[in-house]
Amino acid sequence: MNEIKVKVKDLSLWYGTNHALKSISMDIPEKMVTAFIGPSGCGKSTFLRTLNRMNDLIDNVTIDGEVCIDNINIYDKDIDVVNLRKKVGMIFQKSNPFAKSVYDNIAFGPRINGISQKSILDEIVERSLKQAAIWDEVKDRLFNSALSLSGGQQQRICIARSLAVNPEIILMDEPASALDPISTAKIEELIHELKKEYTIIIVTHNMQQAARTSDLTALFYMGDLIEMNRTEVIFSNPAKKQTEDYISGRFG
Amino acid sequence: MARGTGKVAKSDIVTFNKKKFRFSDWFAEKVIKSVAFLSIAIVILIFVFVFREAFPIFRMDKKVAASSELMVQESYGGSDSGSTEKVADNQVGNSNKTQTPGDSPSSTLLSKTWMPVSDNPRYGMLPLFLGTLKVTLIALLFAAPLSILAAIYTSMFAKPRIREVIKPVIELLAGFPSVVIGFFALMVLASVFQNIFGYASRLNSFVGGIAMGLAAIPIIYTLTEDALTAVPKTFTEASLGLGASRRQTAFYVVLPAAVPGIFAAVVLGLGRIFGETMIALMATGNAAMISMNPFDSVRTLSATIGAEMAEVVFGDTHYNVLFLIGSLLFIFTFALNALAEFYFKNMVIRKYQSKK
Ligand SMILES: Nc1ncnc2c1ncn2[C@@H]1O[C@H](COP(=O)(O)OP(=O)(O)OP(=O)(O)O)[C@@H](O)[C@H]1O
Ligand SMILES: [Mg+2]
Repeated sequence: MNEIKVKVKDLSLWYGTNHALKSISMDIPEKMVTAFIGPSGCGKSTFLRTLNRMNDLIDNVTIDGEVCIDNINIYDKDIDVVNLRKKVGMIFQKSNPFAKSVYDNIAFGPRINGISQKSILDEIVERSLKQAAIWDEVKDRLFNSALSLSGGQQQRICIARSLAVNPEIILMDEPASALDPISTAKIEELIHELKKEYTIIIVTHNMQQAARTSDLTALFYMGDLIEMNRTEVIFSNPAKKQTEDYISGRFG
Repeated sequence: MARGTGKVAKSDIVTFNKKKFRFSDWFAEKVIKSVAFLSIAIVILIFVFVFREAFPIFRMDKKVAASSELMVQESYGGSDSGSTEKVADNQVGNSNKTQTPGDSPSSTLLSKTWMPVSDNPRYGMLPLFLGTLKVTLIALLFAAPLSILAAIYTSMFAKPRIREVIKPVIELLAGFPSVVIGFFALMVLASVFQNIFGYASRLNSFVGGIAMGLAAIPIIYTLTEDALTAVPKTFTEASLGLGASRRQTAFYVVLPAAVPGIFAAVVLGLGRIFGETMIALMATGNAAMISMNPFDSVRTLSATIGAEMAEVVFGDTHYNVLFLIGSLLFIFTFALNALAEFYFKNMVIRKYQSKK
């Protein structure tokens, strides 16, 4: 097992009075793929969003506990959320490229970080698109609107966009759930490539996808972390009965 | 049993082929349709009427030489002894006029003096246009930045509690009758600004412009705020997720995406300012003169109609000219609204829809 990148200690979260995460603790290793599975509404997205403090945007959220990334608690008072989000990128379920050209989408992150030199931007755009395995498909239309691409291409543009700011961790919330099997396969392949350099945490509803792509799998149920282990253990020899029931499709 | 259900299904399919006539649906559709067409018809009719009344001005040139007698006749219609005198003067003026062909009513339209009631009436609309332009520009320069910044603040930075106070307060301003705003400008703004800037004429295009700006702020603010909140939340999330600050997200992501809607808001505000009559009457001083100084009195197009229509002789050249001004106002505001509605709104739609 690689070194621990993210260490979560007794994390609880309330939406108003709704206790959505109940004292979660887990260790997420570096440069591996960790998958979160569980029935709808069990708190997977909520937990994922606590890892780059996206829940700060929602009113009325109370958070208790610690999330340490590289041994620094990101809920400390003097944490700069903006810099945290540069380090922890996020891919959403529905692809959300800006209504700008492909180039401007990728260059957005570097630009807000103050990079304006054309040659450097060109290089970052090309590198990110290549890393996201979409360079060949868009290299001739870098200046067309990103919205003119297909759904699968848009999602890979979003991945490229987040790679352009050099994150260390990439959070993906059901990145392939709106895509056809071929696009899904491309994304999965991409995840496999990306884990050489990045720590990847992915939420998925698709059990096969979790089994195919991830090194570790965590099962959530009603705001509790039921079980977390190496993926092959979870899928072949789970410790808890609930896990066995869920992966064999008996509930959820 | 199986056969039975099969039968039911079959007869269901049969009824699909026959469209059932539903009277209430048909009736409702017709009513809605006719109301829609009626409103279009009314707009067209208003325009036809206004323009018809303005039209004679262009034919009058030919008649003008022969019309001195006719004009006397017409003027007698609604006149007292006071204006009889004027008519006599008029005749003298006319006899002079026939010598100089440049004095036909339509040729004075582009002259620099608006003096419709005089011995030698001149209908130069230039000072009116200039006055309208000045007031509109001042109002827009005052209202647009203020309301756009306020909208950015409430839609993107303000805490919900603060937003819930600011938004309704600004929108309340939209319900103020323009008489009230005009009165406020007349009594308060004029004096305050005079103390600050020390200008000579108390009522002027600056005071009028600010007052009209007040009337336009709620329109521009509300529509801008709508445009900003219509920008998909996913854009904001994406931007923040990439490590952009709130300010960067507001100005580099949300604002550019809302630009067409903001343009539409400004254009509609412009329409409001342009057609505003009561505030213009009360706060601009109503002197038709050509001057670039914002602290000189001005007379706007709509105020001219408002002030003079009640006193004008029916069918007179002056009457026609006022209708010509009305037609121009109509065309301008119509063009502005059409621009906002069709051009900018389509831009918004095109922006968010991915073409497949
Ligand atoms: N913005 C919010 N405000 C209030 N409650 C929320 C909010 N988002 C989620 N919740 C609640 O928190 C709980 C967990 O939701 P979450 O979205 O994390 O589930 P999930 O596991 O991602 O489900 P799904 O698989 O359907 O995406 C649910 O009960 C949900 O109703
Ligand atoms: Mg979810």
